[in-house]
Amino acid sequence: MATKEMKARVTKTKAPVMSALKGQTLLCLRTLTEKNPASLATYEQLGGYTQLKRLVTEKVKAVDIITQVKVSGLRGRGGAGFPTGLKWSFMPRYFDGTKYLVCNSDEGEPGTFKDRDILRYNPHQLIEGMAIAAYTLGARVGYNYIHGEIWQDYEIFEAALQEARAAGYIGENLFGTNFSVDLYAVHGYGAYICGEETALIESIEGKKGQPRFKPPFPASYGVFGKPTNVNNTESFASIPWILQHGGQAFAELGVPNSGGTKLFSVSGHVEKPGNFEVKMGTTFKELLDMADGVWKGRKLKAVIPGGPSTPVMTADMIMNATMDYDGLSKAGSSLGAGSMIVMDETTCMVKTLKRLSYFFFEESCGQCTPCREGTGWVYRIINRITEGNGKMEDLDLLTDVSSNISGRTICALGDAAATPVLSFIKHFRLEFEYYIQHGKSMVDGK
Amino acid sequence: MLSAESIEKIEYELTKYPADQRQAAVMSALRIVQTERGWLSQECISEVAAYLRMPEIAAMEVATFYNMYDLEPVGKYKITVCTNISCMLRDSDAIVDHLQAKLGVGFNEVSADGKFCLKEGECMGACSGAPLMTVNNHTMYEFLTPESVDKILESLK
Repeated sequence: MATKEMKARVTKTKAPVMSALKGQTLLCLRTLTEKNPASLATYEQLGGYTQLKRLVTEKVKAVDIITQVKVSGLRGRGGAGFPTGLKWSFMPRYFDGTKYLVCNSDEGEPGTFKDRDILRYNPHQLIEGMAIAAYTLGARVGYNYIHGEIWQDYEIFEAALQEARAAGYIGENLFGTNFSVDLYAVHGYGAYICGEETALIESIEGKKGQPRFKPPFPASYGVFGKPTNVNNTESFASIPWILQHGGQAFAELGVPNSGGTKLFSVSGHVEKPGNFEVKMGTTFKELLDMADGVWKGRKLKAVIPGGPSTPVMTADMIMNATMDYDGLSKAGSSLGAGSMIVMDETTCMVKTLKRLSYFFFEESCGQCTPCREGTGWVYRIINRITEGNGKMEDLDLLTDVSSNISGRTICALGDAAATPVLSFIKHFRLEFEYYIQHGKSMVDGK
Repeated sequence: MLSAESIEKIEYELTKYPADQRQAAVMSALRIVQTERGWLSQECISEVAAYLRMPEIAAMEVATFYNMYDLEPVGKYKITVCTNISCMLRDSDAIVDHLQAKLGVGFNEVSADGKFCLKEGECMGACSGAPLMTVNNHTMYEFLTPESVDKILESLK
């Protein structure tokens, strides 16, 4: 039901000014250089949909496409970093019935907002990537599950799907062949857990989003119990470029073990928060410069490099790090979804951890006891510290409770909830001790 | 009774799923009915469940699990302010204080004139525009300052 208003929105979406794109390598956001980035005409003008057409009309074999994706070194951009080509090879080739494709645009990890820009600035590249994946994997139907809070961007994507359907890029018998694929937009409505792929699948089926046990994995038992391939938005959006230029070219943009470009969402205490699409291996310093540095001329204190489920880093740890999988893991954290939350010298780490703990407590789906109860314990302990009622043994208790959540739950939310607690206390222990001893923050005195 | 307009929208959502998977449309159906009526009463949820031929309890589970559904009246305008880390670092507290003072309500309260309800939100996935808020779930306002909040409130008649 694309209303006129929705269509108008697609054409009205304006790109940021060009100067803001300096230093970036635009693949997933390649339409940003144009006036009306989200429109079909713009995408076509930049060579959009030519790869889908080529693969389908030339009947390129699935195995050859998957090989290119493997060679590209593309790793799941949702945060887990699993090799995309390998994941694709898990889909059963022969299956008597409908196979499904799912795009995970349910980004709700604090500090993550990269997929949103793909949806609103370059929706057609995502559609082409999904259609190519559907062709490769033999999926007849695909869903793009979009975070409920970015409703206006959901509408942009719905309108783009209508455009693509009208232009014959999705639907029945594409390009006069027997290949057909239907893609649909569906939405979440406020549940962080639905970013977990099996919770997301439950949600698509119209259920509360509680993760499933794995195995079976979605490749054998996914949407409506059918084989399903789930990938992140940015992963799908990288596909058309990889097939146009070859997997090797994509790999060479990055560094070994981290192929291609990556969108980094930079938020918090920087002068100019936003998304920056850069080559893997770009240094932290370069990225911080693109965001015009730490705001108000202040000093950098800490960075969460990939969303709160990745360990927090001190300024010293990250200052000389490169932004790629190995670079950040060597520096003591991980790339996650590339959600860089920057904190300046005025940030109280105790209060920051309290807010993060509340988030995990609020968003635990309640299915596994260690997570349901443990996240509540963690929040209440940190809360009592900030209320001046903390005890020195609380720090060991926090570490103990968190360690007992980690690894003992069905999905990764439990691990994610433990990570900030363990890393904040590890790197900023003095601040916690001070708060317990004095009943107030070492940083802001309040 | 579901309105003809709601039914038309729900029918559109049903086209996205196999014919024997009507329940899949419940997320949208609840959203559609809530948008029309302001909030989800028990009656609304029953009607949606009946229309999708699913157990009422299953629709109830969905309505209570996802936090953008409102199971109590939220006034004419529900304002949800994100206070998660990226917004907090850019002083969402000041925005919350300003809204609470201006509207005379705390979180989860409806203003005396029944016009506004204030909610605390979790990360909305738009942190470059922090601090930010949504109005009635579907309209987002970014880069908030107390001054811009005043303008937005004025525009909500």
